[in-house]
Amino acid sequence: MMEPLHSMDNNQTSPSNSARSKRWNDIFYKLRTNKSAVIGGGLILFFIFVTIFGPLFTPYSPNTQDMVNKLQPPSSEHWLGTDNFGRDIFSRLIHGTGLTLIVGFSSVALGATVGVFLGIISGYYGKRTDSIIMRTMDVLLAFPGILLALAIVSVLGGSLVNVIIAVAISSIPIFARIVRSSTLSVKKLEYIDAMRALGASDRRIIFKHIFPNVTSPLIVQATLSIATAILSASGLSFLGLGAQPPTPEWGAMLSDGRNFLYNAPHVALFPGIAIVIVVLAFNILGDGLRDVFDPKTKD
Amino acid sequence: MIQYIVRRILQTIPVLIGVSILVFSMMHLVPGDPAQIMAGESAPQEQVDNLRERLGLNDPLPVQYFTYVSNVVQGDLGNSIRSGRDVGDEIGSRFWVTVELAFYSTILAVFIGIIAGVISATKRNSFADTGIMIVALFGLSMPNFWLGLMLIQWFAIGMDLPSWIPFLENTSWFKPSGWGSFSQIVLPVITLGTGSAAIIARMTRSSMLDVIGQDYIRTARAKGVKERIVIYRHALKNALIPVVTVVGLQFGGLLGGAVLTETVFAINGMGRLVIDSISARDFPVVQGTILVTALLFVFVNLLVDIAYKFLNKRIDLD
Repeated sequence: MMEPLHSMDNNQTSPSNSARSKRWNDIFYKLRTNKSAVIGGGLILFFIFVTIFGPLFTPYSPNTQDMVNKLQPPSSEHWLGTDNFGRDIFSRLIHGTGLTLIVGFSSVALGATVGVFLGIISGYYGKRTDSIIMRTMDVLLAFPGILLALAIVSVLGGSLVNVIIAVAISSIPIFARIVRSSTLSVKKLEYIDAMRALGASDRRIIFKHIFPNVTSPLIVQATLSIATAILSASGLSFLGLGAQPPTPEWGAMLSDGRNFLYNAPHVALFPGIAIVIVVLAFNILGDGLRDVFDPKTKD
Repeated sequence: MIQYIVRRILQTIPVLIGVSILVFSMMHLVPGDPAQIMAGESAPQEQVDNLRERLGLNDPLPVQYFTYVSNVVQGDLGNSIRSGRDVGDEIGSRFWVTVELAFYSTILAVFIGIIAGVISATKRNSFADTGIMIVALFGLSMPNFWLGLMLIQWFAIGMDLPSWIPFLENTSWFKPSGWGSFSQIVLPVITLGTGSAAIIARMTRSSMLDVIGQDYIRTARAKGVKERIVIYRHALKNALIPVVTVVGLQFGGLLGGAVLTETVFAINGMGRLVIDSISARDFPVVQGTILVTALLFVFVNLLVDIAYKFLNKRIDLD
């Protein structure tokens, strides 16, 4: 009884693999020719490059204080000026790039993993499981904006790791919802019924057949969520609930600058510009990915 | 319709219960003894015990939860650890400040967002369209606390203008802090509304483009109806239906976003209250403020869904 099933599986695997690789080749081709994806992706690669190699070339150490030269405007010695402790803002920004990317990537990776798991379980098993999971997601969504993250950080205490956890938890519902709806539409397809009739286990159906079909909306959402996560995390650090001094986190640097708007506006200006460019890069890439993965919504 | 409204209201009940459980749990999820944390690390044991007794922390958890919910239903949110005042009173006037801030910001966002979205869609692929969409992308990517600081720098501290500009010497037109007068309201409202304006502009554009491509618009044009009437009377009406949902969500989002704006502009709203209370470990106030904001958000979403149903009769709850 098992023999025919295996042989059929093997027969099916190879054409479906080649179809899948053709699809990905198509997608990569479209990505290469999509202006948004190229600009956004290029910017992100640049920031990754800065994260890895930037700290090797910064003119000053990010935390070295020089009180004689505090609050200096941009000059040839300090390209972006110095802050209230005389620290070089350019060097601090370069060192902070990695932190920003790590917070964005890790919080979304964590939130997406849990969200995808819950979304697939919810959509696949339906009924009571679905109701319990989705009502829980509704509860999480009832806390607007960064309020949920704020509540979580107020419980866990202020630190960068807790900010990652808080932002991750607040991003779970959006992933769960998207993956659930994709799962529901895939589940209805005839070949899933056929797989089930052939005796495939739930786990096999979920991982081999449903998950690959939910990756497109997932990639788009993850990219856009990184942008939101970076904004939320820098907001929490700005409020003093995230990175603690002297960490060169951009939101915390901005917070330092707000007390010197009168005599040294550059202290708040440059970290803000850095945040805008990184978030913009993820938003542009997200737009590009959406055009490629879901041409229906393309304007 | 009434059946829809009743069902929609019933659907919010489990959400409200969930919200209350989550907010209630906040104090109990804090690592360590909540009474000790609130009383302060150096507080004498007797004071900690008194606080624990006063907050009912010695009771079993389910009892504590039911006491909490029955108090909340009666409008009793507990007392502030810091000031000893009733949390409801602490929130009191600050509630309206935050609602006003979010409301004005939503109005600004809707006004700018819809106009920009319509221009963008009707002049598709033009210079104006590209320009508006680039500005919207920036608006979406800008941390509002940074925008607030920059607005303070440019329009409250101000910059000196060249002497050939008549009447104006500098750009210090608005006040950098507080809430109430027109000169205090402008900058925080722009700060908070910009991101939402960008989202609404993008949404309106894509919704308009969707509608403009439909047959009935082509028919209207074929009948010789003036382009302006086609756009504003025929297309915009339908294009705005999905925008309504976004506007509702944005209003809620702005209630949360107000935390940062209020901090930047030193506005005495709920957002600032929650931040001050978090640093003072004043959990009853943190819980009360978060609960009130979440309830308001759930209520606004309920209203939006009902309005959406009115506007779009085809929608089905399932």
